[in-house]
Amino acid sequence: MTHVTLTINGEAHQAEVEPRLLLVHFIREVANLTGTHIGCDTTSCGACTVLINGTPAKSCTLLAVQVNGAEIQTVEGLEQNGQLHPIQQGFFEEHGLQCGFCTPGMMLVGKALLEQNPNPSEAEIRRAISGNLCRCTGYVNIVKAIDSAGKKMREPAATGAPTA
Amino acid sequence: MIPPPFQYYAPTSMSEALSLLQQHGAESKLMAGGQSLIPLMKLRLASPNHLIDLQKVPGLTTLEERDGALVIGAMVREATLEHSPLVRQRYPGIVEASEVVADPVVRNFATLGGNLAHADPANDHPAMMLALRAQMVAIGPRGQRRISVDDFLVDTFETSLAPDEVLVEIHVPQPAPHSGSAYVKFERKVGDYAVAAVAAQVTMNGDVCAQAGLALTNVGPRSLRAGAAQQFLIGKRLDDQTIREAARLAGDAAEPTSDLRGPAEYKRAVVRALTARALRKAAQRATGGAN
Amino acid sequence: MATDVGGYGRSVKRKEDPRFIRGKGNYVDDLKLPGMLYMDIVRSPYAHAKITSIDASKALALPGVLAVITGKDLDAYKLAWMPTLMSDTQMVLPIDRVVYQAQEVAAVIATERYIAADGVALVEVDYEPLPPVVDPYKALDPSSPLVRPDHADKNTNHIWHWESGDKARTDQLFNEAEVVVKEHMYLPRIHVSSIETCGCVASFDRVSGKLTVWMTTQAPHAIRTVFSLVTAASAVGQIPEHKIRIISPDIGGGFGGKVPVYPGYVIATAASVLTGHPVKWIEDRSENLQADSFARDYHMDVELAGKRDGTITALRVKTLADHGSADAAANPSKFPAGLFNVCTGSYAMEAAHVEVDGVYTNKPPGGVAYRCSFRVTEAVHAIERIVDRMAQELKVDPAALRMKNFIPPEKFPYKSPTGWEYDSGNYAGALKLAMEKIGYADLRREQAEKRARGELMGIGICTFTEIVGAGPSNTFDILGIKMFDSAEIRVHPTGSAIVRIGVQSQGQGHETTFAQIVAEELGLPVDNIVVEHGDTDTAPYGLGTYASRSTPTAGAATAMAARKIREKAKAIAAHLLEASPDDIEWGNYQFQVKGAPTRSKTMADVAFAAYTNHPQGMEAGLEAVDYYDPPNLTFPFGAYICIVDIDRGTGEVKIRRFLAVDDCGNIINPMIVEGQIHGGLTMGMAPALLEAITYDENGNIQQGTFMDYLLPTSMETPAWETDKTCTPSPHHPFGAKGVGESATVGAPPAIANAVVDALSHLGVTHLDIPITPWKVHKILEEHGLAEV
Repeated sequence: MTHVTLTINGEAHQAEVEPRLLLVHFIREVANLTGTHIGCDTTSCGACTVLINGTPAKSCTLLAVQVNGAEIQTVEGLEQNGQLHPIQQGFFEEHGLQCGFCTPGMMLVGKALLEQNPNPSEAEIRRAISGNLCRCTGYVNIVKAIDSAGKKMREPAATGAPTA
Repeated sequence: MIPPPFQYYAPTSMSEALSLLQQHGAESKLMAGGQSLIPLMKLRLASPNHLIDLQKVPGLTTLEERDGALVIGAMVREATLEHSPLVRQRYPGIVEASEVVADPVVRNFATLGGNLAHADPANDHPAMMLALRAQMVAIGPRGQRRISVDDFLVDTFETSLAPDEVLVEIHVPQPAPHSGSAYVKFERKVGDYAVAAVAAQVTMNGDVCAQAGLALTNVGPRSLRAGAAQQFLIGKRLDDQTIREAARLAGDAAEPTSDLRGPAEYKRAVVRALTARALRKAAQRATGGAN
Repeated sequence: MATDVGGYGRSVKRKEDPRFIRGKGNYVDDLKLPGMLYMDIVRSPYAHAKITSIDASKALALPGVLAVITGKDLDAYKLAWMPTLMSDTQMVLPIDRVVYQAQEVAAVIATERYIAADGVALVEVDYEPLPPVVDPYKALDPSSPLVRPDHADKNTNHIWHWESGDKARTDQLFNEAEVVVKEHMYLPRIHVSSIETCGCVASFDRVSGKLTVWMTTQAPHAIRTVFSLVTAASAVGQIPEHKIRIISPDIGGGFGGKVPVYPGYVIATAASVLTGHPVKWIEDRSENLQADSFARDYHMDVELAGKRDGTITALRVKTLADHGSADAAANPSKFPAGLFNVCTGSYAMEAAHVEVDGVYTNKPPGGVAYRCSFRVTEAVHAIERIVDRMAQELKVDPAALRMKNFIPPEKFPYKSPTGWEYDSGNYAGALKLAMEKIGYADLRREQAEKRARGELMGIGICTFTEIVGAGPSNTFDILGIKMFDSAEIRVHPTGSAIVRIGVQSQGQGHETTFAQIVAEELGLPVDNIVVEHGDTDTAPYGLGTYASRSTPTAGAATAMAARKIREKAKAIAAHLLEASPDDIEWGNYQFQVKGAPTRSKTMADVAFAAYTNHPQGMEAGLEAVDYYDPPNLTFPFGAYICIVDIDRGTGEVKIRRFLAVDDCGNIINPMIVEGQIHGGLTMGMAPALLEAITYDENGNIQQGTFMDYLLPTSMETPAWETDKTCTPSPHHPFGAKGVGESATVGAPPAIANAVVDALSHLGVTHLDIPITPWKVHKILEEHGLAEV
């Protein structure tokens, strides 16, 4: 067993874990943050994508021990102080999701892209999300959602958070 | 899918890494980015008892031109290569190879050293390194040695690294004036291994080709150098007819097998088409003044 | 009039999204119960083998492993076999023989997910390989090994023969025909591969005797009934239906793959009953791809007869349907080949004859849908490809041939030669719009110019007719349960409402669209309506969501329930307005006195009165339930045009543009409809160009992971273009038709037709999907067009 400390969405989580524990299982089972999903075994689908020190990574293809000490952001960390992140607003407003299963990974990849490249072209957005599979949307509205989030981030204006 | 249990080590020095390797020998496995290894372990196709993670070993993330070569540390991430202005400007073939490794998220962790040391003939960098005539630098208990990439790549999943050696650096010779490189891959979809891919490097002397490197991905038991095609190009103007003949020779150099990516003869045809494309691109870069 | 009420035709943002975008969805694997155990499954490496022994001792010695369940264990409880939805049988766990690769062989129950996986690796199974049956044609040979020797009454791998239409008249028309075209078409096995795999958490409470199963299912009620019937026949003893609760929580995509009952659900349930602990089972992707139900696998011989002037006269289709090791499709029971006989499509013709033979092979059981209504994709592929073939034969434009043969709008309702009654359609209108919008004439000119230069581009058309909304109770049932669907609405005193429906969303947005139906019918704000589904303890009985049936059936039920409420509300409004009910009319989303619309009451006013001031002699409250039995199916349609360019070096087909003009009748939420079409097009493109499941001669699956089963990414998927026409269904309460699968049905032949069109001048008449680069390249090489 190995001691692992991860800061997830600003909160420290510590546990004695087996070295083989996959990061995604640490996030889902140890930290009980179930917004990060598992969709394949071969690092093909990206449903498990999280940000590690700001960089998108597939958490089912990393060992928790391998990123010991890292800052991790999951979908649950996007909303800050009751304010949705523009990427969340973009997905909501542009119908960028259907079943919602790939959405957390897609949003995190979109956020990381916009932080690096605030005004990406359609081709750049398509390229950035090409490691994340979506079976429902046909990608068109995901591209629109990220584009729309980029606009919001460039021209910040308060918009209300949708509630259930 | 759950990997089998193992002991994990994250050595903080090369000597520590080497002694772990010596201690655990064949029971151990080095891990760079883990993007190929961890899926294999999850599928239980690899089950090392001792996993030695290289990420904390200092000195493996160099990326600079030094002593006539681009020196790339074995742990340099694909994404770093992809976005490096230096590599982008002077070694476009390496950028093009990095850009088609798996997918953008995988590339944030995948490393050049891992890609080469895994010696998967489907991996993209080995062919590019063959075309660029790179040297591999390895460290072991007997010290450091340089291995030409041709000698480094032995067979499928097999390099000439000794079991107690670690790949630490890749040295790519700096391009001579009027040189150009390119990597052209055809894949079934993003994230797939190549149906076939071709790496090309040319150096022009006036309007004739002074030096050429040509190598092929995923059409043989290892990445293959298209030697006859390279030889044919030397001293010739890179006109359409020459390029076609080189493409034909490159196709002959391929040793494809039929599989889900297509029949062997089809792959040979793709090698021909991609060779022509890669050569045209490399030649354009060579004569376009951008090295 | 009441403000901000109503619902039809509005792109209301989805009510389910606030939880999904925050990572607060509730998928099955997110559930954790106290004392929960984990199950993992040992699977067969062979397609066909005898099990000579199973030694679980090493697995049982692993700390944390509590049990290893085998077929013999289940057999002791008479649970080793289960019925399929097609009244065939399927092994839950094998007693002595496996019949497909990756079949469940034993289940390990452990305290942790990781220990269960280690336990699986320690179970030692000895197999004696048997010759596998892989090719469905060879399977019919009398010398072929038998896949199902347990069917004592059968000495063959042939399952059933089914036919439809007028054979004699069809044959006669073929004999008299001036032109006959014929193609053999194979639609390969494909797999829906929703990004969430299948799984469940089964929890049996020994004190109350209640079984609760959270399950990735598209049809929770039907599952509940099946579970009760299965336990009744077992030695466990029947778990009465009121003590079974199936909960279908958030589902990460279904597309038909979450309709069947998989062995894993049953084993996990048995494990929970036996251990008294909750048991979680979640497939990994390889298990999902290798063992869960597949779609298609239709080998079709398609013939079309016509006259030289382009008039189509008859269609003849003979099909071999590879069903794997069990007929576990989810078709209505009277339709073993689903609704495949709708294959006369959008064209008026005198006669048709369709034959299908089902065959067993050593492959996973099934024949489920892949985002399509009961074999309609196969039907549309057959007719849309063969119509193009006829155009090629007659050297006429494929659009012109279609225009000549479309069923004209005035002929609806149209009785098809195989017995369907199409409700409404305007096929020429949709195609005309598509051709104008994409610039068809210019594209044909461009194609001619390119062809002259040796460049290859193709234009493909598909003008499909769907058949959805199963279905009328006189014909449609699954295991005897009629295919109605249901809704229950309760309007609360302060004018908000809860709606519970018998169908179940897997991403289609029911929480939004069904709220919109109620908002429209009752004049309430969408925000004041909550929709619940997927819990058999609370929702009214329904057959579930698949085959684009939610809007045609449960959507109709919702409107009908709302109208029942409106009828009662009208009486209350009359009471409040001190008028006779006969003088009250519903208009502007409110009750108003005829001729004096300022004297009005909103539904909120009426709802409050229903609990506070209802008329003497009337029951209090405002609620209704409706079980809707559709009078007919609905027939959405569309005209799709696809433009492809072909890379002469690699043979790669690149979709340059794809325009989908859809007609699904009246639309509840245009945003959601467009999203469904985008997704459907992508799932149509995938098997046209990328996806297929194949087996080697030993029955080994060749695409066991996403590394070889090729789901399209954002890079392969084009920027879909959409438009619509609107031809309401005359029999649906609000004129809707259903749309979830239209695009998956319509896209493959549009793409195939485009590629064949690009190569037609070379004499190419047909290409089977997936159209891989090497299939195209081979043709280019044969004609000296391959480029170096």
